[in-house]
Amino acid sequence: MPDRPEIVPEDVLETVPETVLARFRQGDLNAFEALFREHQRSVYGWILRIVRDTGAAEDLTVESFLRMHRACARFDPARPFEPWARRVATHLALDWLRARPHETELDSDVADALSASPATDPGITAEIRLKTAQAFAHLPPRLRIAALLSLVEEQPHKDVAAALGISVTAAKLRVFRAVRLLRKDLERQGITP
Amino acid sequence: MTEHAEKQLEETRIRELLKQALPPVASDPEPARDLWPAVLRRLDAEPVRALPHRLPWFDWALIAGLIVFAVAFPATIPVFLYYL
Repeated sequence: MPDRPEIVPEDVLETVPETVLARFRQGDLNAFEALFREHQRSVYGWILRIVRDTGAAEDLTVESFLRMHRACARFDPARPFEPWARRVATHLALDWLRARPHETELDSDVADALSASPATDPGITAEIRLKTAQAFAHLPPRLRIAALLSLVEEQPHKDVAAALGISVTAAKLRVFRAVRLLRKDLERQGITP
Repeated sequence: MTEHAEKQLEETRIRELLKQALPPVASDPEPARDLWPAVLRRLDAEPVRALPHRLPWFDWALIAGLIVFAVAFPATIPVFLYYL
């Protein structure tokens, strides 16, 4: 870990953001805090959209920024911070999804919530929503994350690709495969999408 | 209907189903607490690490392969040096 540097006044950090990035690259803790304050909300929101669990999203946000701090020497200050932060956060969220294969069956709380809350489309019954959620939980994590960000959160393919560190074509392919697998799974359960 | 249109329709239907089935996330969510103290705690708990001095195994494998290649085909060494 780089040495903890001297204190730099906050107003200096805020007025010259490119200096913040350069100082962050050198391991400056104040610059790191400035970046944390500026980006924690967006990183947290991005992770929450993937893991859908507030506690896990908070833990993963902390872990993401720690990873960024450890990897600060590899950061290119000429590039924007946000996409880099998202990529680090996405990989951690993906690892979190992969580490929970036993949770491919829906949490009973989620199942209860789905049954209790009405759908905005009255044609979609609670049973269909439950089966869809279960089919989605059965998808491999790398397809699940692509489908979630692209279809549910409606992120552009290029942002999904950048966050996953893959090409736009590969991101589209993952979404396509996720849709196909979901359709097959739902059809097996007697639901025609 | 073309294959592309079918694909689009299928994607739209699945999208709608997923939006109905997955628990919604607020439009601009924020953590319930300030996470900076947790980051600081974790930073303080981490031992100060020196720069990595060990080469990963694949670097060693690459070096070994190059040495074996150079020993087996010494005539290629000047060619390699020329292109360096």
